[in-house]
Amino acid sequence: MKAVYRRRKVVNALMCAVVFLCAFLTLAPLISIFGYVVSKGIASVNFDFFTHLPKPVGEPGGGMGNAIVGSLILVGLSCLWAIPLGIAGGVYLSEFGNSKLGAAVRFTTDVLNGVPSIVIGIFAYTLFVVPMKSFSAVSGGFALGIIMIPTVMRTTEEMLRLVPATLREAAFALGINQFRTTMNIVLKTALPGVLTGILLAIARIAGETAPLLFTAFGNRFWHQGLDQPMAALPLQIFVYAISPFDDWHRQAWAGALVLIAMVFLISIVSRIVIYLRYRSFK
Amino acid sequence: MKLTLADRGFRRAATVLALSVVALTFLLACSMVVNAMPSIQKFGWRFLSTSTWDPVKEVFGALPFIYGTIVSSILALAIAVPVSLGIAIYLAELAPFWIRQPLSFLIELLAAIPSVVYGLWGIFVLAPFLRYAIQPFLSRHLGFLPLFQGAFYGVGMLTAGIILSIMIIPTISSVSREVFLAVPFAQREAALGLGATPWETIRLGVLGSARSGVLGAIMLGLGRALGETMAVTMVIGNRPQIAASLFAPAYTMASVIANEFTEATSDLYLSALIEIGLILFFVTLILNIAAQALIWKVSGKAGRGRGA
Repeated sequence: MKAVYRRRKVVNALMCAVVFLCAFLTLAPLISIFGYVVSKGIASVNFDFFTHLPKPVGEPGGGMGNAIVGSLILVGLSCLWAIPLGIAGGVYLSEFGNSKLGAAVRFTTDVLNGVPSIVIGIFAYTLFVVPMKSFSAVSGGFALGIIMIPTVMRTTEEMLRLVPATLREAAFALGINQFRTTMNIVLKTALPGVLTGILLAIARIAGETAPLLFTAFGNRFWHQGLDQPMAALPLQIFVYAISPFDDWHRQAWAGALVLIAMVFLISIVSRIVIYLRYRSFK
Repeated sequence: MKLTLADRGFRRAATVLALSVVALTFLLACSMVVNAMPSIQKFGWRFLSTSTWDPVKEVFGALPFIYGTIVSSILALAIAVPVSLGIAIYLAELAPFWIRQPLSFLIELLAAIPSVVYGLWGIFVLAPFLRYAIQPFLSRHLGFLPLFQGAFYGVGMLTAGIILSIMIIPTISSVSREVFLAVPFAQREAALGLGATPWETIRLGVLGSARSGVLGAIMLGLGRALGETMAVTMVIGNRPQIAASLFAPAYTMASVIANEFTEATSDLYLSALIEIGLILFFVTLILNIAAQALIWKVSGKAGRGRGA
C-alpha cells in the first residue's frame, strides 16, 4: 500500500515539474529573440536610419526612412477603410446580431480571420494589381485592411456587449432613438476598448510581410504616389535578411528592432488598457 | 416597437456594412477558384500527386510543396502540443495567482512578434545553433533513424518545424487554457474529495472533459502553421524535394507562392501558384470551422484564430 502512495506522489511531483518547465522554457525563445534584436540592432539605429534612403551594396550607412514612411502610409491606407467597416460590423453584431444572420456574419468573420495572409495577398493581387497593371500602395493597403477587419469587428462587438443594458434602457426611456443611443452613449462608453482593439489590429498588420510581397512590392525610393510600388519595413527586413551582405544584415537587425519596438509598445499598451477595463466592469 | 425613420436607416446601414464583409469573403473564395481554373483544368488531380515543377515546360505538380507543408506542420505540432498543454495546465490549474497574468501575457507576446523577425532570428541564431549543436548530437545518438541522417545545413525541415512550433505555442496554449477554465469547478473538487493528488485531479477532472476543446485548439494551431509564410520561407532552404531526413532542405506551399509569384510570367504558371493558394485556403477553412465547433462544444464561445 505504501508503495502505491509513494508512486502517486512521485508521479504528481514529476508532472508538476514538467508542466512548470514547459511554462518557463517557452520564455527562452522570447528572451533570445528580444536579446538578439536589441543587441544586434541597437548599433545601427541612429538618426540617419530614420531619415535616409538605403545605400547600395558596399557603401556603409544609409537608412530605412522610405520603408518606415511606406509602412506608415500602408497602415494608414488600410485603417482608412477597415476601421469604419470593422466598427460598423461590430455595432451590427452587438446591437442587431442576435439572429441567424448575425450568427452567419460572426461565422464568416472568424473564417476570414483564419485565412492565411499569403492567400489574402493573392486576392489583392488579382483584384488590384492585375487591372492596374502595376504593384501599388493601394493594393497593399487593401490586403492589410482585410486582415484588420475581423479583429476590429470582434473586439468592437465584445466591448459594446460589455456596456450594461441598463444604460441603453435609460437612454430609450428618455426617448432617445437607437441611432443616437448607439453612437453617443454605447459607443462612447466603449470607446477605450474599441480603440485598443484597433491598436491590436494595427500592431498585427504593421509586421505583416507575406501579403505585401506582390501588392506593395517594395521600392528603393521615397514614396511616388499611391498607384506606385511602395517600400515597407517588414519587406525591407526580409530582403536584407536573405541577402549575402553583412552591411545589409546589420540594417535588417536594426529594422527588426524598430519594428518590434513599435509592435510591442502598441500591444503592451492596448493589453493593459483591456485588462483594466475588463476588471472595472466585473 | 415602432421604429423611427432614422432607426430603420441606421439598422439597415449597419446590416449592409456587416454583410459587405461577408460578400468580401465570398469574393475572395470565388476569385481564388476562378483564377486557379486554368491549372485545375489542365492538371486535374495529378496536380496533387506529381512532383515535377517545371515552369519552362509548363508542367506543374505540387507534391513536394504539399509534403513540405504537411511534414513541417506535423513536426511543429509534435513539439508545440505537449509544451502548450503543459503551459495551459500550469496557468489554469497550478500556478500561484499572482504569476498567471504576467506569465500568460509574456507567452502571448510570442504571438505579437512579426513573422519576418522570427525568420531573421531563425537564419542568424537558430539555424547555426541547430547546425553546430543540435544536429550533430541527434545524428550521433539517433543517427540510425533515417530522420536524422545526412549533412548538417542548419536550414531545413527541422529548423522550419521548430520555428513554427514556437509561433503556434501561444495559440494552442491560450485556447486550451480557456477550455480548461471552462470545465466546471465541481469536477476538480470531486476528484480532490476522493483523495486524488493535484495531478490526478487534472488528469481525471479536467483533461477528460476538455478533450474536444483541446483538439480544437490544436486544429487552430495547425491552421496557423500551414499558412505561415515568411519565417518558414527564410529557414526551410527552399528546395522542392521529398527527403526522408529532417536535416534536408524542403519547400512549403506558402513559401513557393512567396518566392515565385512575382516571377511567374505565364498565365498557367500563375494559375498553378494560385491553385496552391486555393488548396491552402480550403484546408485552413475546414480546420478553422472544425476547430470553432469543437471549442464551442466545451467552452460555449468561439476561440480565436491567430493568437494576435
